[in-house]
Amino acid sequence: MADTPLPLEVRNIKKRFGDTDVLKGLSLTAHKGDVITLIGASGSGKSTFLRCMNLLEQPDEGQLIVHGEEVRFKRTRHGREPADWQQVVRMRAKLSMVFQSFNLWAHMTLLENVIEAPVHVLGKPKKEAIEHARALLDRVGLTERADAYPAQMSGGQQQRGAIARALAMDPEVMLFDEPTSALDPELVGDVLKVMRDLAAEGRTMIVVTHEMAFARDVSSQVIYLHQGVIEESGPPDEVIGNPQSERLRQFLAPKH
Amino acid sequence: MIDLHGYGPRLAEGALITIELALLSLVLAVVLGLLTASAKMSRSWLAHRLGTLYTTVIRGVPDLVLMMLLFFGGQMGVNLFTDWLYYQFDIDIFININEFVAGVVTIGLIFGAYMGETFRGAFMAVDSGQIEAGRAYGMGPWLVFRRIRFPLMMRHALPGISNNWMVLLKTTALVSVIGLSDMVRVAAEASKATREPFTFMLIVAAIYLLIASVSEWVFARLQKRYDIGYGEVE
Repeated sequence: MADTPLPLEVRNIKKRFGDTDVLKGLSLTAHKGDVITLIGASGSGKSTFLRCMNLLEQPDEGQLIVHGEEVRFKRTRHGREPADWQQVVRMRAKLSMVFQSFNLWAHMTLLENVIEAPVHVLGKPKKEAIEHARALLDRVGLTERADAYPAQMSGGQQQRGAIARALAMDPEVMLFDEPTSALDPELVGDVLKVMRDLAAEGRTMIVVTHEMAFARDVSSQVIYLHQGVIEESGPPDEVIGNPQSERLRQFLAPKH
Repeated sequence: MIDLHGYGPRLAEGALITIELALLSLVLAVVLGLLTASAKMSRSWLAHRLGTLYTTVIRGVPDLVLMMLLFFGGQMGVNLFTDWLYYQFDIDIFININEFVAGVVTIGLIFGAYMGETFRGAFMAVDSGQIEAGRAYGMGPWLVFRRIRFPLMMRHALPGISNNWMVLLKTTALVSVIGLSDMVRVAAEASKATREPFTFMLIVAAIYLLIASVSEWVFARLQKRYDIGYGEVE
């Protein structure tokens, strides 16, 4: 084992919605620099699994260890809840999420969006945060759009802006929840390019996606989920290149 | 020039009382409205019930009746309590409910219920993804409220708040029945004494209209501020 703690470790996550078991005991370990893609049909639980990792969804069972710190839970009459919300706030600040529908804050300019959490959550001096933000906007190709409001930007620009917002937190792990699914096809490329660059520079990423080319080329590990169970998992050459189950073969087959 | 028969200064004082009363009631109503909206959206059964009871009672009883109930009934309640203190513990105090405070409390209570509904609708109109993004970036509930939920909600709430404020402003005229010398009461006294009701009532009407016009301007400015980032596509 290395001296530095693992960025993220998730053990035996279970989640029920009403009478349905959505997640039936899922585990995952992210080492530094890993790019883990979660694939599977809609309803397979991949987004719910991702949302359990930063507790936007409360798992009914299972452990969550962020950078060596295990999240503590307690039982209430509403179900299981984090015992210490301060701890949740602290761990969320280490896991930035990029959403399918971008969710840039509508009442702030792009630059304000990027500095918001660093200034108000991490307590970074504003001037420093602005400098950092400008450099990040540069990286994602939005230098000119710093003062635009989200409503004035295209979907692709908004998503690249959202990635800059995530990077501004200097996160341990970046969580991507179907980042290109809401985009017009011609805008997908720009966003994927930014994500490829991030992977190449050694960012730890967990990506829920339908982009098989991205999963194949970029990931260190691919996890195929089916009905809340990890059906296959491993390097992309194995999982995508040589699927074992009939179901995964069908899932990967080109659709017409 | 209009002859005010020396009532000018008292009328001005009355107008000031009206404005102070309206503004303080507004502050109370906004605070109560935010609390009520939170209570009604809360997952706690008790908070939800209390919020609903409050809005149902207030919205179902005429303002004037509420005001007299609170003022006269409140005084009786306080008297009963001080009597009890005197007989039980030999403590002799007398508490007089101040008309101004009673006015602010009543109007604030009434409009808190209306504001509650306005805020509740506005909070529900905020896209949940915006809130989720705040939580995902490590913001606690208060920070999410202050930086995201509140500013986004205000955009939807302002038309309703503005409406409530206009009605609230005119409701202040009711406090003259509990003996507060707002401008309506002063004008009524002056009309009786001078037998020139039109002179005084028209002045009062003009002052209300002036306050309302200034308010509209302020609300238009506020709306512009909270609309920022919406609809202005290049």
